[in-house]
Amino acid sequence: MAGKIFANLLQVAFVLGGAPLVAGVLARLKEIVQSRRGPSIFQPYRDLRKLFNKDEVVSENASWIFRATPYVVFVAPVFVTTLIPVLTNYPLFFAFMGDMLGGGFVLALGGFFAALAAVDTANPYGPMGASRTRMVGFLAEPVFMVVFFTVSFIAGSTIPYIVQQHWLMVSEFFAPSHLLLVVAFVMLILAEAGRIPVDNPGGHFELAMIDESKSLEYSGTGMALMKWGGQMKLLVLICILINVLVTPWGLAGGQRMTAVLLAAPLVLFKAGLFLLVLVAIESSLAKLRLFRVSEFLGAAFVTSVVAMVSALLRF
Amino acid sequence: MGSFAPALASLNGLAAGVFLLSAFGLLATRQMQGCLRFFRLQSLALVASIVLIAIGMQVPDLLVVAFLDLAIKPLLIPWLLRRQVPGEVFQRREIDQVLNIPSSLLIALVLTLVAYFLAEILPPASGAVDSINVPIGLAGLLLGVFTLAVRREAVPQLIGIFAIENASLLAGVAIAPRLPLVAEMAFPFDMLIVALVIGILTRITHERVGTTEVGALRSLREETSR
Repeated sequence: MAGKIFANLLQVAFVLGGAPLVAGVLARLKEIVQSRRGPSIFQPYRDLRKLFNKDEVVSENASWIFRATPYVVFVAPVFVTTLIPVLTNYPLFFAFMGDMLGGGFVLALGGFFAALAAVDTANPYGPMGASRTRMVGFLAEPVFMVVFFTVSFIAGSTIPYIVQQHWLMVSEFFAPSHLLLVVAFVMLILAEAGRIPVDNPGGHFELAMIDESKSLEYSGTGMALMKWGGQMKLLVLICILINVLVTPWGLAGGQRMTAVLLAAPLVLFKAGLFLLVLVAIESSLAKLRLFRVSEFLGAAFVTSVVAMVSALLRF
Repeated sequence: MGSFAPALASLNGLAAGVFLLSAFGLLATRQMQGCLRFFRLQSLALVASIVLIAIGMQVPDLLVVAFLDLAIKPLLIPWLLRRQVPGEVFQRREIDQVLNIPSSLLIALVLTLVAYFLAEILPPASGAVDSINVPIGLAGLLLGVFTLAVRREAVPQLIGIFAIENASLLAGVAIAPRLPLVAEMAFPFDMLIVALVIGILTRITHERVGTTEVGALRSLREETSR
């Protein structure tokens, strides 16, 4: 019991503390690929500290939504963290409170509030970015659904812990449906986290922004929470990918503290490997024009449906 | 109906998955280079599948076929195309399509479904390997035909023909793994000649007309004296 509480706290702490590191490593790797040195991998922590110490300015015309949004955006990934296997192999307290679809909807709630807040202040760029995010979001939604239906057909459940146990069997691991599923999910992560073929996270040009423009009006603590929430969302999505779908190994099996503590660097290492893939994708592709995003997500949708078909009609 | 070791079968499933994915890629990518890259990937997946079946069913002949395919499809044919077809054709980033990409992807999806259902009702041949190659080969075949129909440019159409060949080989190896070697050797060389002939044709068309877009070739031209 005590072990489980400890593991639960540790997994939340891992996501809270690891998310800025993942963002920092990602930024640094991208700079290295472009043969520049880039900021330290701990720069996101310093940014967060700086923002938390600054004063916050809120427009007089902003409603409560604008004030509440940073907290929703920050808390949503923390909630999802408790639903998925981050460090442990066995289900923790909240594992059966919601499945993958539930987790997806909690993340979508954060996105929904961010879009509302962007419209709230009547900054001209906010609503533009918000409507674009909604466009990407509603194109990504069917992919998301079909991916998790496929998972539930294959593993017999959408609870992430049970799915993770299922992929541990080698005979299922190399099935074509698994490969197609992973490809579709990676494309989904690129769209949801606003990475390069869909959106340019490093761009500071307001007219081309999709994801970034929603936090333009924030400052101080609100900005810090929005940033941190975005970083945690990426880490949570990466955790679902690496711990549930691609490499279900290397998580803590026992309830001993050392086992759970040892799992943390291993998961960070696996996340690092995925970051290498992400950097390769981001450095070799160009950002798509806005109306090409539907083609990208259409391809993801078809991939996921083929995954479902090949999982259902088995040979 | 033979079946082979589960470990090999699952690796074969992975190869088949890559094969299907690249068949979709061939259809959906807009860039000429990307098209060629997906063709290479598809051919490599095909070679992997043939090798796995050769090991699993203990048919050494198939290893020779795999080696020939490895030499010709991912290496020799792209090299030949790059040499013969003017480089300008490969630099194009937008290939002309009859349908837009989302709707052609949806049609491709329906074709894949049809292929799976067809493979379900087809009676198994005697001596066939019990594997995923048949539905995915059928799907690849239909997707190749669809690529051929929907693309409006010479080189992607040519690659569509090769994709049809790849897919029929993928299914064929599983249906009749013990075909005589001579019969199987004919296929890759056949493709080589197709690549040569169509490559030369494309080059000449490009020289005379200035484009290889099939959609633009609507009217007959008198051969003017040069």
